Amino acid sequence: MRKRALFATAMTAVFCSLPPGSVTAETIHQERSKYRDITVTEVGNRRCLLFNVHRGDRNQTCILVNDKQRLVFDYTRMSFAGLLLNDRPKRILVVGLGGGSIPLTFSELFPDAQIDVVEIDEAVLSVAKKFFFFEETENMKVLVEDGRPFIKRAGIRREKYDYIVLDAFSGDYIPEHMLTREFLDEVRNIMQPESVLVANTFSTSRLYDHESVTYQRAFGEFFNFKLPTTGNRIIITQLEPLPPRNQLVAKAQAFADRLEKYGIPILSYPSRLSTRVDWNMSRRQLTDQYAPANLLRGN
Amino acid sequence: MNDNSTPTVSRAIVAGMAFASGFCIMTVEMLGARILSPYFGGSLSVWGSIITIFMLALALGYLWGGKLSARKPSAITFAAFFIGAAIFSTPIIVLSDAIMESIFMAVEDPRYGSLFASIFLFFLPTSILGMISPYAVRLMVQNEAHSGQMAGLLYFISTLGSAAGTLGTSFYFVLWFEVNQILWGAIITLLFAGLGILSAHYYANSRAKRQVEAVNHA
Repeated sequence: MRKRALFATAMTAVFCSLPPGSVTAETIHQERSKYRDITVTEVGNRRCLLFNVHRGDRNQTCILVNDKQRLVFDYTRMSFAGLLLNDRPKRILVVGLGGGSIPLTFSELFPDAQIDVVEIDEAVLSVAKKFFFFEETENMKVLVEDGRPFIKRAGIRREKYDYIVLDAFSGDYIPEHMLTREFLDEVRNIMQPESVLVANTFSTSRLYDHESVTYQRAFGEFFNFKLPTTGNRIIITQLEPLPPRNQLVAKAQAFADRLEKYGIPILSYPSRLSTRVDWNMSRRQLTDQYAPANLLRGN
Repeated sequence: MNDNSTPTVSRAIVAGMAFASGFCIMTVEMLGARILSPYFGGSLSVWGSIITIFMLALALGYLWGGKLSARKPSAITFAAFFIGAAIFSTPIIVLSDAIMESIFMAVEDPRYGSLFASIFLFFLPTSILGMISPYAVRLMVQNEAHSGQMAGLLYFISTLGSAAGTLGTSFYFVLWFEVNQILWGAIITLLFAGLGILSAHYYANSRAKRQVEAVNHA
């Protein structure tokens, strides 16, 4: 009897903790891929891609069906802050497709740039095509494979990218081999002095310290980009020394008009790019030998 | 006194060592994905390669170990499995980068790359470890009637060791140590297990000899 009462209480707690909006969200697609459960929901004009909903994951990507160009999430928009460091990328690499809004926006902004997208899960690619208006083009190709061997091989072939977005972390399970010092050294191999790296990373838990230490050892000083409205932290860095603030402001002004229709408030970004060390520098860096990222995140 | 029909090492020691071997097998297997991922990624197929090779290696190990136990089962051979597994596990540490680097360059498809790498890194030590279980059953069995019971007890203990090795590695060791430190730990454990069996064997032998001598004197 007592067990049943406990169960009922637990169920009530679960239902009451659901956000009110989710009641009206309609699930328009659901599939179980090799890596995760994929759900596509729609509320009014807002269509969202979710991974592993029942485990309480957040939305991966949302689009507005009646305004497809507008980027809905802060972290998606923040991924374009790298333009303040390199404003004319010719070869762009995006690791992690999601709904495809980052590569799509790049292909609109830079129609002549060659864009490579690496996505481990082919089901994500087909969902992006079917529900999020993503399309491969002559200049934009998706490679279904793991990001790490792709980058290692590109390095061996001496290929260079001038804008790299690392967005491979679904929030649920972290690919530990893409957080290590050795991996970042491989990323450095495919960069030129003026190339920019934009990495979507974790802003909470012990992992924040470990990850910051690792990036710092690999790249030296980097821009730590956080907004009060989102839990994401974006790391922006390059091989050559970081540009001064006034240069960032000038680039932001030059770009503001072109980015407006995507909803990217680039003018407000320069003052948010910080080089201040706000992590515990005595934490151990993550290496291929020591990378318990998923365990560190739980603590 | 017949060395062959009455194994010198006590059942408790044989069972304890079977626990250690089960523990080490799963420790290495759990680290497998971490060892391969820098070259072949973290996709499902990498886990598939590792588990396939471990299963195949264990299967052949069971077969050979069972065959070997049929003639002249001895504690010395039993100890040799542990020491051999320890020795053939060292390439996982000292040669892994060289091996994976050349496979990475030769094979584009990470599925087959990880499969080949698993063969070269894990097959030999794991098949030697697989020989331990059937051989241990032979050392523990003294008559037909309780052979099934001994086999059951041994599987129970070695699988318990496997469970402990899996949990310990994935929950704690990777948080406390580096991959190679954990591997050295497993290798040293196997080495000590082998040496422990040998010393138990010689101790029991010399005691038996002294007893025989005492009886002869009297």
